[in-house]
Amino acid sequence: MITPTHYMLLSAALFMIGVAGVLLRRNIIVIFMSIELILNAVNINLVAFSYQLQNGIGQVFAIFVIAVAAAEAAVGLGIILAFYRNKETVNIDEMNLMRW
Amino acid sequence: MGEAIAFYVIAALILGFAVLVVSTKNTVHAVLFLVLNFLAVAALYVLLTAQFLAVIQVLVYAGGIVVLYLFVVMLVNLKRPPEDHSAPQRHPWVGFALSGVVLAQLAAILLFGGFGAATDSSVAQNSDLALNNVERIGMLLYTDYLIPFEVASMLLLVAMVGAIILAKREL
Repeated sequence: MITPTHYMLLSAALFMIGVAGVLLRRNIIVIFMSIELILNAVNINLVAFSYQLQNGIGQVFAIFVIAVAAAEAAVGLGIILAFYRNKETVNIDEMNLMRW
Repeated sequence: MGEAIAFYVIAALILGFAVLVVSTKNTVHAVLFLVLNFLAVAALYVLLTAQFLAVIQVLVYAGGIVVLYLFVVMLVNLKRPPEDHSAPQRHPWVGFALSGVVLAQLAAILLFGGFGAATDSSVAQNSDLALNNVERIGMLLYTDYLIPFEVASMLLLVAMVGAIILAKREL
């Protein structure tokens, strides 16, 4: 029997894979993809509870999360392109222009 | 029983492709594994009777966002692999340990937190939310959540303008 706990464990595992990707990788494009994984984990939780409670609001919020993720991807990839044009790198360890 | 098998297969696909996304050296391969991961998540949405969201997931994520990523990978010429240069103060095991500890904490909370029992899946599959999914979601979006919906459209407009300005060579 699949309970909400199963879905939440799957979601937690996917979330932590995304966090591990953000922490471990140095390629900023891969880091952005890890952030997409994290947002997907949130959506799985929302939809699982929408199913459990038979209430559509969870799915409405998942749609808003997808809209925000699309906006984030567009602006973030624009920033990557603008940065690459100046510094010729996508390594986050070399992105230290604003570090004190 | 069938629901359990479907869940475990889809969960294994989601987690396996997610691990491949963060561990593959080749960025193009990582983007392609991301597509497969998104498709597996869409299958999970179908299992949860959220058909509209599954279609949105395929159209927006697997169709739109991933193409954006592929364009950026193509425009950013990775002559020098980005993983070559590494700061001396980086310790990969710290990231592994941190994410492992937090995952253990989350799992403990979920397992011992006493969350509700499973919904009867035969009832849930024939409920109003499952059968008239698009209708129910559309009704909520255009009545109770009309203002957030319009704000989201503004956000997308602002993001579009911002992305164009960022990507232009000179204004």
